[in-house]
Amino acid sequence: MHAEEVKGNAELPVLVTLGNPNTGKSTLFNALTGMRQKVGNFPGVTVEYLRGKAQIGGREIAVVDLPGTYSLAAQSPDEMVAIDVLLGRIEDIGKPDAVIVIVDANNLRRNLFLASQVLELPLPVVVVLNMMDLAESQGTVIDVEELANMLRAPVIPMCATSGKGLQDLKTAIDAALRAPRATHPPIDKPLNAAAASLTASLHDPDHTVSVAEVERALIDVGGYAERRLLSTDPALHSQLETIRQELGQGRSLATLEARHRYGWINGVVDAVEQRAIDQRNRADFADKILNHPVYGTLIFVLTMAVVFQSVFAWAAPLMDFIDTVSKALVATIDTSVDSPLLASFLGDGVVAGVGSVVAFLPQIVILFAFIILLEDTGYMSRAAFLMDRLMRWCGLSGQSFIPMLSSFACAVPGIMGARVIPGARDRIATIVAAPFMTCSARLPVYALLITAFIPSHKYLGGWINFQGLVLLGFYLLGIVGGILTAYLLNRTLLRSPTPSFLLELPPYRVPNLRSVLIKLYGRAKIFLKRAGTIIFSVAIVVWLLATFPQTPAAGGPAIAPRGPEAAQLTLEHSYLGTLSKSVAPLFVPLGWDWKVTAAVIASFPAREVVIAVLGTIYAIDAEDEASLIERIKESRRPDGSRVFTVPMALGLMVFYALCLQCMATIAVMRRETNTWRWPIFAWVYMTTLGYLGALFCYQFGTKLIG
Amino acid sequence: MTQSLASLDPGQKGTISGFTRDDAMTQRLTQLGVLEGEVVDVLRRAPAGDPIEIRILGYSLSIRAAEAETVLIDPQ
Repeated sequence: MHAEEVKGNAELPVLVTLGNPNTGKSTLFNALTGMRQKVGNFPGVTVEYLRGKAQIGGREIAVVDLPGTYSLAAQSPDEMVAIDVLLGRIEDIGKPDAVIVIVDANNLRRNLFLASQVLELPLPVVVVLNMMDLAESQGTVIDVEELANMLRAPVIPMCATSGKGLQDLKTAIDAALRAPRATHPPIDKPLNAAAASLTASLHDPDHTVSVAEVERALIDVGGYAERRLLSTDPALHSQLETIRQELGQGRSLATLEARHRYGWINGVVDAVEQRAIDQRNRADFADKILNHPVYGTLIFVLTMAVVFQSVFAWAAPLMDFIDTVSKALVATIDTSVDSPLLASFLGDGVVAGVGSVVAFLPQIVILFAFIILLEDTGYMSRAAFLMDRLMRWCGLSGQSFIPMLSSFACAVPGIMGARVIPGARDRIATIVAAPFMTCSARLPVYALLITAFIPSHKYLGGWINFQGLVLLGFYLLGIVGGILTAYLLNRTLLRSPTPSFLLELPPYRVPNLRSVLIKLYGRAKIFLKRAGTIIFSVAIVVWLLATFPQTPAAGGPAIAPRGPEAAQLTLEHSYLGTLSKSVAPLFVPLGWDWKVTAAVIASFPAREVVIAVLGTIYAIDAEDEASLIERIKESRRPDGSRVFTVPMALGLMVFYALCLQCMATIAVMRRETNTWRWPIFAWVYMTTLGYLGALFCYQFGTKLIG
Repeated sequence: MTQSLASLDPGQKGTISGFTRDDAMTQRLTQLGVLEGEVVDVLRRAPAGDPIEIRILGYSLSIRAAEAETVLIDPQ
């Protein structure tokens, strides 16, 4: 994080928003802060928070939005981060000055669980009773004043989607910041007393450990709080165990905590809430169909088909447009820039580099839009419910399905979509398996090589084409590769007990347009910023490698300074050409010559550029695919044998199917896992697989033919 | 007679009477309100019969059969 930024924020009062998932938390955060949001990462974990600024009571306030959580139990990183933030242990955020707990008015009991935990902390708390409009329309009446009395904190009824109650909330926050409330007395007094006396007995002169943390350490066996406490003094283990025995009498403190809290909550809810009977009929009816084993599955398949059709149908014109613009730019550069080197830098380096970032943006944005819509309507968790069994069979979980499916268009939104998966094991397995799916960037490579080398036999009266079958085969290869990878990872590197799959199926909701757009903007920005900068720099590096050193063009400029032949000569004598020639022996067993090797190396940043590089190497205007096919078919080794045979071409396609040739994917993997470990692993693993696959195809295929 | 939540058919309901285990998963369940004394409705099963959708505290929760087996129920 930027030093200046930390200093700047440290001067502002800090407000933290916290709540269960599906309570309209992000809508409320957006309503408070607007578009000026930043994504932050907590050190050491892959948990993310949003940070924004709000104008409250005539001053600027920093607002930090924590991931949705059901409890402060320190079992998952999300929950530990929530505790750390509330206790002021995150340096970038500082000690919070107030906390907003968002509670869904339609689900008071479960939502009050987290609220009751937060209310016991020595912090000013404002409780937001969100989605009041829905509660009222369903005949639920809540005595807000009495609830505030019982919680000993201000309670603000709101409807975050319409902004109703926002002004009251701001007034309450302002008041909470000025006059801190009294902390709610502990619900479990014996536990609190035990935790307090243990805290007091610790050798902790700086008072870095709080009672709340010791309480969590006692309750959550093996959780983060306990591990942290034991790391300072392992001898505490026996003391913790003794207290647990005394208080629990054979039962875990965790289930006792839940019992105590829900006991208290039931008292509160009985006193303040009146519900109409039979209120979820509409949602029940929708789920009867949408979660039905047969109709639900059919509707699901149809939904996915529509999503996919739209991604390709809507993105194609935009991608064509981007392509036309960049070609026009290159043409303009070619005619108006005198120096061939500068023209090449601007055209092949800068424009092509920016182009490869922007080209996939339409697809990525459309896919993101669908994913966000699926999330915000509540359908995403139904998809996970329907697909869980199938995905578990592959070693993943129901929530991996949409990310994996998205990866058939592009792995970038797929990997970013994997953040809905709560368990680290399933999440990493999904992220590593996603790039195996046949993304749209692989299609041009398949199309070129299949057209060139696969005979177009027709079966069943022309309905089935052999070329189509081969393409299908490559899709299946990707799927099998991904599934096997997830399966193997779960049994080796990620080996751990199957994580629990307790997934709330929230009521269906009409998404809030503003909220959807803000999320969409945020994700597109992440792609452009994090992936874009890496892709662009790599594109420039590849251009440098393919352009320098400049050919002394034996005996002066005998050839035209521009045109396919000059480009070919430049490439052959460039660093890339020299490098490809020197490593070419490695790829001889795959049937590749240095030209193919150069095209493969140059397409590591983005696999789709291979066509353009092949065009340059074979001195063909890459636009002219038919002559490119002719030229590569005729390409021969010094001994006169053809380079491109059917086994070699199949092997090359297998290489493109299995290899991780995409800087954008690597950059996003790095961002989403918060470590270089997984992108590096995936790259080495997939490249090795690609090499072995191509080797097998060429060697085995050649033997079979010859 | 006590049986496990996993053995209930869609449309059946029961009162939770206890758990066969007391571990991290049980802790998760209890935090979500799957607790002794609460009434749970089994709404439906996913295509392969697993997971199942239950109604607890007035909201819907998806739970795998293996997890539902740890929850003991007195059917109503």
